[in-house]
Amino acid sequence: MNNALDEPQHILLLGGTSDIGLAIVRELLSPATRTVVLACRNTEAGEQAAAGLRHDALTIEVVQFDGAATETHAAIVADIARRHGDIDVAIVAFALLGDDATANDASAAAEVAHVNFTGTVTATIAVANRLRTQGHGAIVLLSSVAGERVRKGNPVYGGSKAGVDGFAQGLGDTLAADGVHMLVVRPGFVHSAMTAGLQPAPLATTPEKVAQLTVRALRSKRRIVWAPGILRFVLMALRHTPGPLWRRLRL
Amino acid sequence: MAVLMSPPRRSLTGWGRTNATLSDVLELPDHELPAAIKEAGPRGALVRGLGRSYGDAAQNAGGIVLRLLGAARQAVLDEQLGMVTVSAGVSIDDLLRVIVPRGFFVPVTPGTRFVTVGGAIASDIHGKNHHVDGSFGNYVESLQLLLADGSIATIGPHQRPDLYWATVGGMGLTGAILQATLRLIPIETSRMSVDTTRMPDLDSLLAEMSSSDDDVRYSVAWIDLVAKGRNLGRSVLSRGDHARCDELGPRESVNPLAYGPHQLLSVPPLVPPTGVLNHATVSAFNELWFRKSPRRRTGQIVGIGAFFHPLDIVGSWNRLYGAKGMLQYQFVVPFGQEAAMRTVIERLAASGAASFLAILKRFGAGSVAPLSFPAPGWTLTLDVPGASRALGDLLHGLDRVVLDAGGRHYFAKDAHTTPEAIRRGYPRLDEWKAIRDSVDPHGVWQSDLSRRLGLTDSTHV
Repeated sequence: MNNALDEPQHILLLGGTSDIGLAIVRELLSPATRTVVLACRNTEAGEQAAAGLRHDALTIEVVQFDGAATETHAAIVADIARRHGDIDVAIVAFALLGDDATANDASAAAEVAHVNFTGTVTATIAVANRLRTQGHGAIVLLSSVAGERVRKGNPVYGGSKAGVDGFAQGLGDTLAADGVHMLVVRPGFVHSAMTAGLQPAPLATTPEKVAQLTVRALRSKRRIVWAPGILRFVLMALRHTPGPLWRRLRL
Repeated sequence: MAVLMSPPRRSLTGWGRTNATLSDVLELPDHELPAAIKEAGPRGALVRGLGRSYGDAAQNAGGIVLRLLGAARQAVLDEQLGMVTVSAGVSIDDLLRVIVPRGFFVPVTPGTRFVTVGGAIASDIHGKNHHVDGSFGNYVESLQLLLADGSIATIGPHQRPDLYWATVGGMGLTGAILQATLRLIPIETSRMSVDTTRMPDLDSLLAEMSSSDDDVRYSVAWIDLVAKGRNLGRSVLSRGDHARCDELGPRESVNPLAYGPHQLLSVPPLVPPTGVLNHATVSAFNELWFRKSPRRRTGQIVGIGAFFHPLDIVGSWNRLYGAKGMLQYQFVVPFGQEAAMRTVIERLAASGAASFLAILKRFGAGSVAPLSFPAPGWTLTLDVPGASRALGDLLHGLDRVVLDAGGRHYFAKDAHTTPEAIRRGYPRLDEWKAIRDSVDPHGVWQSDLSRRLGLTDSTHV
């Protein structure tokens, strides 16, 4: 259960090695926190991430979770809830970035689309069903500004985020009647393991900054949060940029 | 049970209006309750009274919340024995309207009349007379408890005392209290004779209460938490007893037992989301309230409502705190740990978290109930707006001071502590759990509070 200070007791991170996801977990930690479950494909990396979170009176568990193995998602979430009790906040943070070549390689594109869209949908529904039963809880879903207007460079990633973003908003509106809060996070370029070696985009930010904005938005029950906040207006302009001009922009 | 096919899911909070969760709310007469709890799913069931506990004690996320319609909501008064038998959903307000005109009063009343008798037992509530009379559970002759298996047990201090004392202060987690027989106290008049004294600081207040509280039945002090430094702990001490006939003036003597409290106004649901209680308004209020109190006045005659239930004059006053709601912080520390209490008051005053007057009360002997809150010592109660900055750090820090001093927190108020804090504050928790598990092995009775604080570690479903 959350307490009246909006401090969760049980936190689940799907994509347990995600830099942004882990930063959100750290931002949520309080004396009220009892368990953190890191669900990730590479459990060794997950154990390393867990070591960075450890403190007294906190149970941290790393469980095997593969975003691509969509048929396993419901059982994994059910098992976590059975062992630890109610999930107060679930962060859905796994995704593949792909690269510029993905757009030309159908099988690579299919993998990115499958994990980022189908996997996120099945995992989020698994969590949502659990939270609906509980009658309380929140889902934080990591979308991206890339989904707001998809760039020419990496259309598969952008397209998958656009799909996930729309899915999450629609599901969130359904869940509101069930006492479940959905927050869609739209970060810009974030310096993290996922983007290591890439040329930073303008208004680049850090996982910690994204986490602060996310947790603040979570506590004020917002539906969408941009990180940094100014991107909301930047993307508003970009969305209305005429195609010929948009194609020539280097973003 | 067609009614259970699609029960209405409703969002519930406590009086603090924080932490809403959804439950299936069922309003049922007593005879339909056994069937309803048999149909309770893995998220269990719980009875909710008037929702005056501040935190999450009376909600059950994803499960059933029962509102008792009673067999017939009634109070049967035996004037010879001075006892009354009431259904659990009857409020202290209902009860006073019946018994005061007949010359009786409840043995214990909290700061609001709008609590049910069932809730009063489940929270083992205390009042301004705790230092001499103890808590509510001491005045129950017997009660009927609906158990998890659908049977009804009649229990009391002399009948299945283990289960009775686990139910007193048991937060509704041993069963549903359906009916109770209470011992009342006789009164000559419906007025109170009150002495009021202004106290300049905390030391003088504690000294005064320590030396002479035991001579008076009702005693409570209001502390200005905005005052700092030299004025830290400035307060108004209010003490009284039921007035005798010979203390009333000629006009009041015409009908010495007249009783008809009413609300002056109610706060509309349109308060701005930020609330209207901030540091400026609260400071102004506290200053005014301190100045308006007489330095010393004795034998003032006031009504029951004005003395015991001053906040009931304004309905829904909790809305004043806005969308973020509020938390009420109440703890007790044993005698000899005054330094810990001073630390708490200093930190609160320094924090600038706008807090109304805090209420300080001296507790007498505790109850034998394992989860009853009052214990010999000092109890401090205060409201903090939910929107206060850095509130988490402040309250978790205060918790450590309280627990290190051997103190504890009150379930009916709590909205933020941890299972660890409860284990430390209530060393008899395991004893209570054993009794509870014996009457509810499958964990039918559950609440958000029980899940949050680990009171019912039943299977996770």
